[in-house]
Amino acid sequence: MSATNTMHGWTGTVLRVNLTSGNITKEPLNAEWARDYVGGRGLGVKYLYEEMDPSVDPLSPENKMIFATGPLTGTNASCGSRYMVVTKGALTNAVTTSNSGGFWGPEMKFAGYDMIILEGKAAQPSYLWIYDDRVELRDATHLWGKTVWQTEEALRAEIGVPDSIIASIGPAGENLVRFACIMNDLHRAAGRSGVGAVMGSKNLKAIALRGTGGVSLADPQAYMEGQWAMKEKLRQSPVTAEGLPMYGTEVLVNVINEHGALPTRNHQQTVFDEAENISGETLTETRLVANKACFSCTIACGRVSTLPGEASSKYSVTTNPQNWKIAGEGPEYEAAWAMGSECGVGDLDALIKANWLCNDLGMDSISFGASVAAAMELFEKGVVGQNETEIPLEFGSAEALIAMAEKTAYRQGFGDALAEGSKRMTETLGRPEFFMGVRGQEFAAYEARAIQGMGLGYATSNRGACHLKAYTVAAEILGLPRQMDPRATEEKAEITKVFQDATSTVDATGLCQFLTFGVGLEEMLPQLSAATGVAYTLEELVHIGERIWNLERLWNERAGFTGKDDTLPKRILEEPIPSGPAKGEVNRLGEMLPEYYELRGWEKDGKISEAKKKELGLE
Amino acid sequence: MKQLRVITEKCTSCIQCELACAFVQTGTFQPSRSVIRVHIFDEQAVYAPYTCFQCDEAWCLTACPVNAIGIDPDTDAKVVMDDVCVGCAVCTVACPYGTMFYNPDSHKAFKCDLCGGDPACVKSCPTGALEYVDMDQPDWLASWADKVNRGFQHMQDEEGGNA
Repeated sequence: MSATNTMHGWTGTVLRVNLTSGNITKEPLNAEWARDYVGGRGLGVKYLYEEMDPSVDPLSPENKMIFATGPLTGTNASCGSRYMVVTKGALTNAVTTSNSGGFWGPEMKFAGYDMIILEGKAAQPSYLWIYDDRVELRDATHLWGKTVWQTEEALRAEIGVPDSIIASIGPAGENLVRFACIMNDLHRAAGRSGVGAVMGSKNLKAIALRGTGGVSLADPQAYMEGQWAMKEKLRQSPVTAEGLPMYGTEVLVNVINEHGALPTRNHQQTVFDEAENISGETLTETRLVANKACFSCTIACGRVSTLPGEASSKYSVTTNPQNWKIAGEGPEYEAAWAMGSECGVGDLDALIKANWLCNDLGMDSISFGASVAAAMELFEKGVVGQNETEIPLEFGSAEALIAMAEKTAYRQGFGDALAEGSKRMTETLGRPEFFMGVRGQEFAAYEARAIQGMGLGYATSNRGACHLKAYTVAAEILGLPRQMDPRATEEKAEITKVFQDATSTVDATGLCQFLTFGVGLEEMLPQLSAATGVAYTLEELVHIGERIWNLERLWNERAGFTGKDDTLPKRILEEPIPSGPAKGEVNRLGEMLPEYYELRGWEKDGKISEAKKKELGLE
Repeated sequence: MKQLRVITEKCTSCIQCELACAFVQTGTFQPSRSVIRVHIFDEQAVYAPYTCFQCDEAWCLTACPVNAIGIDPDTDAKVVMDDVCVGCAVCTVACPYGTMFYNPDSHKAFKCDLCGGDPACVKSCPTGALEYVDMDQPDWLASWADKVNRGFQHMQDEEGGNA
């Protein structure tokens, strides 16, 4: 493995674990792919594309899972904390790239690996213990059934290495809940598309890591100059220096609500009259204990909240009741929206508790909340009744929300229907029009009728509806890098493409997307080049993003997706918003999509053209 | 004389200090080689950086059988002299604060030397949780200990409750 000694930024080593055979191998990182796809999301998708048939069942042993870091993961670049889980999504059947921060990704680099590739399926519940170059697949029968927080505690005690960092699934992942996530550091999630269900289908409970090595740099001096320059810019940005540290992502609740763009009661309305109660301002004033940073992050947007006194016992739960007296992270904006306004729930304490439950049980708080919202509309319209749901699933019921979190993770009663996600649930019950999402994945917290660009971004997102693939909210609402009219469709195709490509590159570096509120690829470039020794140019970085985006799309084409899937629910396209600042609006996807395809250099039906594939080196 | 001051209330647990410390020593980002460590008590939301505060008693110095630990006259830092250190690790046992370390690769002891009077950890801290200021006595230890004690207390309560 001579490559190991010559690479900087990257460790140069890929760990491959075949769970069926128990074979554990280490192989040199493909240096050419590393240069062309950088790492994280890019490199993970490249390996998945080259190694796996995209048409396999996501919950079958034939599906592979790749945990991928970037060359800046584990460095002191602000927010160099990220790892990416790349696999075929259990919720979506599309390629998914689920990102998480905390300390787990850096620890994987310190142990000596850029990526961990998991294949097959273990015969019995297992966990992976990695201590530098020692890698063991161990029995986890005694851990099966434990929640995420119980698992971390029990596993750390069993391993006997207090500094070990653990990523695990909870009961939701074990029970193949289609939106189960993978949790690390108790509260950090590779959240979306059901990566936790894929891990559960492989009988893998956890990956525990301890790494004592380091990340080396090709040109330490140039690297250090680059990171100081970027941190200085972050200190000057109102979003990364003030907004996010002060209120966290929750700062958006009031902002988005005032624009009439906060989806409410399963997208039946777009203004929530109790928004103030669940806002970042209220959270900060009444429940915040501390800001918590991920590894190397100078922003520290993480919220540590607590439920004081009677608030801790307001809603009874059976899962780890002792936990409700201590501090925990969240809720973030997306969780507060999905379980809050989308379900009509305006009680912040209920959201804190439901959010912790999702983390402890190991499921995506966005898809869970949005699925409950869809179920609440089914209940409201009389499609299901209390005979089926046991608990009245009325909009605004915090009791129902919290009860359903446990029922869903354990697939009890109506929770079994919710565990399939809202697309499958609404189809099974004969009312598919109540599913609010794309490619099987529920929307994020921005109304596409009120923010036109987000509609195009959702419709074309490779992993199903997602706010993290092209955050045009930055331009359309926050005015970054320049203010655009959220109601207009002009220029939205262009900004969506630009954001999709740039975001793909950021996701490949190992850095956090929140940096892009204060800096751009220009500021990341010197660190990336100096760390890796590859003299990237800005044009190349943009090109790499476009390559990643198209490779994901090509992967999805092979999995059976076509341009026909680039669409939005009928409610978003045809039902005007009934009231509020965006009253009367629908999403005008038809005005944006043809232009988007043209800018992408794709065929009129959305197929990637041969010329584009050739240009990007994809065939 | 300037000393390090730790203000736990400002710490967010980002461990930039550990990365800066490791970089000074190794030229890489290797937190296992950092001599400043951030203790994280998640359930109490307590994040407490900790390193050698160059105590007057200097048990590490007293314990060393080969006189490999000296005092930097400019900073009052207790400093390991690599060419004298024989790697016996007695100092790591003698230090009551756990801030003497042993490098398994070089077989030498290592500790905080205040970077010769310009501590990298202080410069790297984004929230001002670390300061290098004139003080007669470290004035932060009591509040630091109080915070950390709450973290430990909680862990013990939990263990007791489970038993």
